[in-house]
Amino acid sequence: MINWMEIVVQGVLLGGLYALFAAGLSLIFGVMRLVNLAHGDLIVFGAYAILMLVTLLGLHPFAAAAVAAPLMFALGWMLQRFVLNRTLGEDILPPLLVTFGLSIALQNALLEGFSADSRRINAGALETASLALGPMSVGVMPLLTFASAVAAIFLLNQLFYRTELGRAFRAVSDDAATASLMGVKPERIFAAAAGISMIVVTLAALYLGMRANFDPTIGPARLVYAFEAVIIGGLGSFWGTLLGGVIIGVAQTVGAAVNPEWQILAGHIAFLIVLALRPRGLLPRVEQ
Amino acid sequence: MTALLKTNGLTAFYGDFQALFGVDIAVREGETTAIIGANGAGKSTLMRAIAGALRGEASSVMLDGQAIGDRSADEVTRLGIAMVPEGRRLFPSLTVEENLLMGAYGRKVAGHWDLENAYDLFPDLKRRRKHSGTALSGGQQQMVAIGRALMSNPRVLLCDEISLGLAPTVIRDIYAALPRIKAGGASVVLVEQDIGQALKAADQVYCMMEGRVTLSGKPDEMSRGDIHAAYFGEAAA
Repeated sequence: MINWMEIVVQGVLLGGLYALFAAGLSLIFGVMRLVNLAHGDLIVFGAYAILMLVTLLGLHPFAAAAVAAPLMFALGWMLQRFVLNRTLGEDILPPLLVTFGLSIALQNALLEGFSADSRRINAGALETASLALGPMSVGVMPLLTFASAVAAIFLLNQLFYRTELGRAFRAVSDDAATASLMGVKPERIFAAAAGISMIVVTLAALYLGMRANFDPTIGPARLVYAFEAVIIGGLGSFWGTLLGGVIIGVAQTVGAAVNPEWQILAGHIAFLIVLALRPRGLLPRVEQ
Repeated sequence: MTALLKTNGLTAFYGDFQALFGVDIAVREGETTAIIGANGAGKSTLMRAIAGALRGEASSVMLDGQAIGDRSADEVTRLGIAMVPEGRRLFPSLTVEENLLMGAYGRKVAGHWDLENAYDLFPDLKRRRKHSGTALSGGQQQMVAIGRALMSNPRVLLCDEISLGLAPTVIRDIYAALPRIKAGGASVVLVEQDIGQALKAADQVYCMMEGRVTLSGKPDEMSRGDIHAAYFGEAAA
């Protein structure tokens, strides 16, 4: 007999991974209305960066991620400051084209550097550890992923609604020209948002790399899950993004339980249903 | 008395369209200067050019002897010129209090204006400080916009059409705050279509038409006919 309870729990936990994929995208979109088509590739890039640190320095994956995070912040900051800020304006096409180009360039650079072989970040005993929760046995890794997603979303929310930088994020998102009359440099605020987004990307990369094999070409599929989670949740809402990730995760595990071939399809169908019923998502920010 | 803020032959363009043709104004410390003129006279463009939203030659705008005409809006704000933009432009995602705090973003400026004094100036706002700025009445929104600009403790406060679309009693309340704003250390530049209001409040008046200053002086030295001619470009009937 299919244990539906267990399937839903697995789906919720998988949703944590998708929420991590999506949270950085949600931040960037919330602050500067920029859709970063290279987001998935940046996650894969982050996974390779962590892998390199693990392999070359012999660090534990979590320590490697902690080392990679500030480097990724700097990369995101510079990418925004020197490239993407130039694409922002009335026309939405330039940022799409530039980030699409960046996506292709990143994939090819990773192929050159690391070949098409799939890799994995070795997390040792953690990979197979499990906890008994009542009648269920739940993997420690999925639990850690979900807990990290909740923590990341919580911290992003605190940053956005409880700090001076968060106020500036919301102000430039509302009206960058008026924000500059307050002494704010919107381009610096955007760069800070991109940097912070890359810290979340690093966290997503850590779990992506520890939970499954990855290769240079899997970025765009992660981008699609991230997009769907952001849109289901409502653009610019962090808790909505978590909810969106959970909905896709549950749809996928339920779909897979019915028929293993339906896993990916079920996630996309759930996305389409939400889009049809609530085009602005379940928790859109402006309705708060 | 020397001018705190001056424009020297200020020009401004929107693409190929020239909106200002060599505008000279002087704002003296502690005074209220009014810029009047019909729609399209270039008043708001003048404010935007002073505030750095339209950049030009460095020497075309001087603040206390410093050439600032080529500075960006955020730099101009940090140098001590704050603007209450036309249409108020509150941040809808921010509460009233957060809107006010944005006025002093990222810096502590010594001076009279802080949250407490802003609420003291406009007590209505304190009661509604947790509301979204855009959920307020037009008059209260204008108070938020003025309070937000004051939070940077500006030396010059530019007010672009602060009475536009407001009821007369509300306009009276807002103008009643002007003496306290000046006492708090800011010289005020008012852009107004309401000539009567501007003449009552101002120490110095400039009238603009088609991007040029057509009349300037003290309000009590100007005749109705002069103002009519400068405002509409024709002699009074």
